[in-house]
Amino acid sequence: MNPTYTLSAGRRRANRLATVAVTGAVFLALIPLVWLLVTVVSRGFARLDAQFFTWSMRGVVGEGGGAIHAIVGTVLITAATTAICVPIGVGTAIYLVEYGRGWLPRVIRFVVVVLTGLPSIVAGLFVYAVIMAICGPGTRSGLAGAAALSLLMIPVVITSSEEILALVPNRLREAAIGLGATKHRIITTVIWPHALSGIVAAVMLGVCRIIGETAPLLLVAGFADSMNTDLTSGRMSTLPVYIYSQWQNKGANLAAYDNRAWTAALVLIGLVLIFAVASRLIVRLTSSRPQR
Amino acid sequence: MIHPQPTRQQPLVATAAEGLEIAHVSAHYGGFEAIRDVSLTIAPRTITALIGGSGCGKSTLLRTINRMHETCDQASVTGSIRLDGTDLYGPDIDPVAVRRVIGMVFQRANPFPTMSVRDNVLVGLRLRNRRLSRDHAQDVVEMSLRAANLWDDVKDRLNRPGASLSGGQQQRLCIARVIAVEPKVILMDEPCSALDPISTAAIEDLMINLRRDYTVVIVTHNMQQAARVADKTAFLSVSSPGGPGTVVEYADTDTIFHHPTQSATADYVGGRFG
Ligand SMILES: Nc1ncnc2c1ncn2[C@@H]1O[C@H](COP(=O)(O)OP(=O)(O)O)[C@@H](O)[C@H]1O
Ligand SMILES: [Mg+2]
Repeated sequence: MNPTYTLSAGRRRANRLATVAVTGAVFLALIPLVWLLVTVVSRGFARLDAQFFTWSMRGVVGEGGGAIHAIVGTVLITAATTAICVPIGVGTAIYLVEYGRGWLPRVIRFVVVVLTGLPSIVAGLFVYAVIMAICGPGTRSGLAGAAALSLLMIPVVITSSEEILALVPNRLREAAIGLGATKHRIITTVIWPHALSGIVAAVMLGVCRIIGETAPLLLVAGFADSMNTDLTSGRMSTLPVYIYSQWQNKGANLAAYDNRAWTAALVLIGLVLIFAVASRLIVRLTSSRPQR
Repeated sequence: MIHPQPTRQQPLVATAAEGLEIAHVSAHYGGFEAIRDVSLTIAPRTITALIGGSGCGKSTLLRTINRMHETCDQASVTGSIRLDGTDLYGPDIDPVAVRRVIGMVFQRANPFPTMSVRDNVLVGLRLRNRRLSRDHAQDVVEMSLRAANLWDDVKDRLNRPGASLSGGQQQRLCIARVIAVEPKVILMDEPCSALDPISTAAIEDLMINLRRDYTVVIVTHNMQQAARVADKTAFLSVSSPGGPGTVVEYADTDTIFHHPTQSATADYVGGRFG
């Protein structure tokens, strides 16, 4: 029999079925996401006004008020957490990939896996206990919040940076070793430029992990109605905590509290978006890749 | 030509015979012995080819010469390798300094993809913390690329990524990168095995040019290549499957290919095995 080059009916059917199934999965995944975005945008729109970005909740009962104190708190605590996590997380990842030999890296990886599964409330409780032991009961600060969030963010940064560093091809390391480079020059000159954009993405992943955290912050950073820009002392609100408190402590004018909560949610999503875009831009502008 | 500047680490001063003297070198990967008791004397400014079947330890031997072998996990080397009289495995010797004097070109061209052609040539100097003036850098780039027969191909695109070149050009870029740091010895591990015949011919021409200034040791699977470029040839083989590789015969290339004294050599260069 001559070979035929046409697609058999069975293969054609299977192919179509698989295409439909995979495309369907994409839509199923997108439905809740789009739904969520539409809901947050439509409900958050009501209070997306100048007052929301200029007022705190100090002395506000009922309508009006804003979330500037929570926006500033979110930015400050997220920045402090990132400042703690990047050196520790990326440093550990570099150790694991470029230096680690023997039992220590195995122990570190195990601890990181355990930490990845740490419930955020436990991180909050732990830091709460430590702070109470050191500074006395009732102490709250933004920095304590950042410390609790760091426990959650560090494992994310380690794991994803490690993956990125492991992707740097070994033949580049060999090339550099063969040129008589010391280890630290190899890391700064060859590994780092190659991995930088991926490491920034890893840090972004960590930021996304913590920027929406509520429980540990309620414990150690507390809740505030007014602006506090001092990370080292005093209660400091963040947007998730703000949402929670608006929801939890509704006054007589229900709609005013609801609307503020939704707008805060919208602003939080917007902040994540801004961080993501900004970090991409920074990488693009600072990386010394030759033009294509 | 640019005059070699003394390396910051201990300079490898000449005290005795010039050239490379490999004496009773054995190399292990953990418990596995890859080469056993290899001794070769390599005169300066010659090309030496290492030939032999896959897995007989050619790459391992090459990597013991610039002390790259020990960068593998649990790898170890015994014996001695002298360059111009200095024992490269001596107690005071910094392996990093050895690699600055003995450059290496790998089987797969490995230019740094984040760097331009120019930066790829200069990277060896930068990796050594050298500060370069603009003019000096430009001189090094042009001199090295010319020496690697690549200048005419790339002089108009020095700022393009190294990875945008063809495979043969990338390999010559890697050779230029080694030339830029002015080594004494250049090791090449199957530098043409991923290249087409025209690029291969270009690199063979280049090797013959390099011989004027450098001692060159190449590993090759291509016996015509060894016959075309090498002054001396060493044939390596494993004595038993899974056993260590040893040098079966080391002589002038002409002798290895036309009048080998060992029957194993004759079988290998004649294309008969086992
Ligand atoms: N990194 C390594 N770890 C363990 N064994 C290795 C490693 N590299 C090579 N070997 C072994 O050493 C022997 C010699 O390898 P190699 O020097 O690469 O041979 P060739 O270059 O002649 O093909 C082979 O049996 C190989 O399996
Ligand atoms: Mg090999």
